[in-house]
Amino acid sequence: MVRRTVVTLLAAAALYEAAARSGIFPAVLVPTLPKVARTLVNLVQDGTMLWHVSYTLARVMCGFALAIVVGLPLGILMGRIRALENFVMPLASALMPIPSLAWVPVFILWFGLGDIVTALIVFYAAMFPMLLNAWTGVRAVNPIWLRAAGAMGAGEGALFRKVIIPGTLPFIITGLRQAFQRSWIAVIGAEMLAASDWGLGWVIFDAKEFLNADVMMASLIVIGGIGYAFERLVFGSLERITVLRWGMVQAAKS
Amino acid sequence: MKAQVPVAQHESRLRVIARNALPFVVVAAAWEALAYAGVFPARLFPPVETVAAALVRLTVAGILPHHALDTVLRLSGGFILAAIAGVAVGIAMGRWRLAEDVFLPLVSIGAPIPGLAYAPLFLLWFGLGNLSAVLLVGFVSAFPIIFNTWTGVKAVKEVWVRSAQAMGADNRRLFRHIILPGALPYILTGLRLGLAQAWRILVGVEMLAAVPWGLGWLIFGSREFLNTDVMLAGIIVIAIIGLALEKLVFQRIEDFTIVRWGMMK
Repeated sequence: MVRRTVVTLLAAAALYEAAARSGIFPAVLVPTLPKVARTLVNLVQDGTMLWHVSYTLARVMCGFALAIVVGLPLGILMGRIRALENFVMPLASALMPIPSLAWVPVFILWFGLGDIVTALIVFYAAMFPMLLNAWTGVRAVNPIWLRAAGAMGAGEGALFRKVIIPGTLPFIITGLRQAFQRSWIAVIGAEMLAASDWGLGWVIFDAKEFLNADVMMASLIVIGGIGYAFERLVFGSLERITVLRWGMVQAAKS
Repeated sequence: MKAQVPVAQHESRLRVIARNALPFVVVAAAWEALAYAGVFPARLFPPVETVAAALVRLTVAGILPHHALDTVLRLSGGFILAAIAGVAVGIAMGRWRLAEDVFLPLVSIGAPIPGLAYAPLFLLWFGLGNLSAVLLVGFVSAFPIIFNTWTGVKAVKEVWVRSAQAMGADNRRLFRHIILPGALPYILTGLRLGLAQAWRILVGVEMLAAVPWGLGWLIFGSREFLNTDVMLAGIIVIAIIGLALEKLVFQRIEDFTIVRWGMMK
């Protein structure tokens, strides 16, 4: 499997390289692979890439953390308190179908260009997957467990800590995962539109003005790499140390 | 969301409507209070009736419908491209080893990159405007379709394929009567995810690609003139289209899949 993958990637790279060198397309628009690699190395070495990455990560983390702080408790409470559910659900289902990027121009007017807009867009994008998964998770907790715990004399606090939270955890982790995927898309888009001077989205969009296709591709590689690392390393290991270990779900895939 | 229905059954329809409308009334009242309190300039934080007036004015003038129509056309164009290409590639990957070897690594690398990150590259290659927008939406929404179709074709039971072959089915009939129906639930899931993905980035793409019409462009363009009421009216239309997609398309597909899978009669 690995060997086949490598062969395919090499073939694709060779094909691209041939197209880039053939001179059919302008060299600025289709840079050769060594040029992209050199640009990437240069950007990393002079430290600019690191700054772009840290700005983007900081914005994503602010919005994402805010979405967890608001969405998680709200979702859990909605699962337990009917009145709250009745109030929040209609609003959530009306706001959910609006793509987060639609709010960018409005937020720019309200908060000015810059970090706040980006973080808020990330918050908006991450909020709903978080909220809905927490809510679904609480409702999916087996009622027998609740009654059994209640019959064994568990108070509301113990019920929450020992039954509801662990029972909801697989859903919460799914929610975190989805929320991060959405955040990652949102932050790139928001940085393109609400440009400041730093950020991976900004760097790609800015490169368009100067026809720097090599910078674009180098940044694309970094963006893909970070997204992949979060998905696999962070959320994968989060799943391993919690729900898999507690036996809440089976290790199904791969 | 289905789970709510049984609870609501013994409530009268009127009460359900009232219950669902209440949050909106509360939010609208809060908004109105904030707008009239004068904390923010009215230009940036218009009261509800100004937004409603803008919505009515632009709808009657035909401007809003034109923007909405262009957005929907772009969405359909990109999505149809993605559906055709995605299902074809997915089926090829599921059936032929060579196609799987070629496409799987490429798709796995391309998929995790956020769709909008490709936007500048597409704009550079295909120019500002419709072509870039439609191609990008198609490109991005093709990924979930490819993945799901591929999984679906692989999930078709080997026994069915072999028994059909033993009964003398040729390749075409095998495809039409075994593989396609067997993979259909997965393909539909892929199409649903693809359409949702397309919708999520289309508005952003319209802002970046400087297309002449489209809701994304309407909102982004209004920023220059501080027309917050027009922006909010545009967002309301976006919400309506999104809701319509969800109720008319996604839920239908989901119901259909569940029935097909035999999970529900």
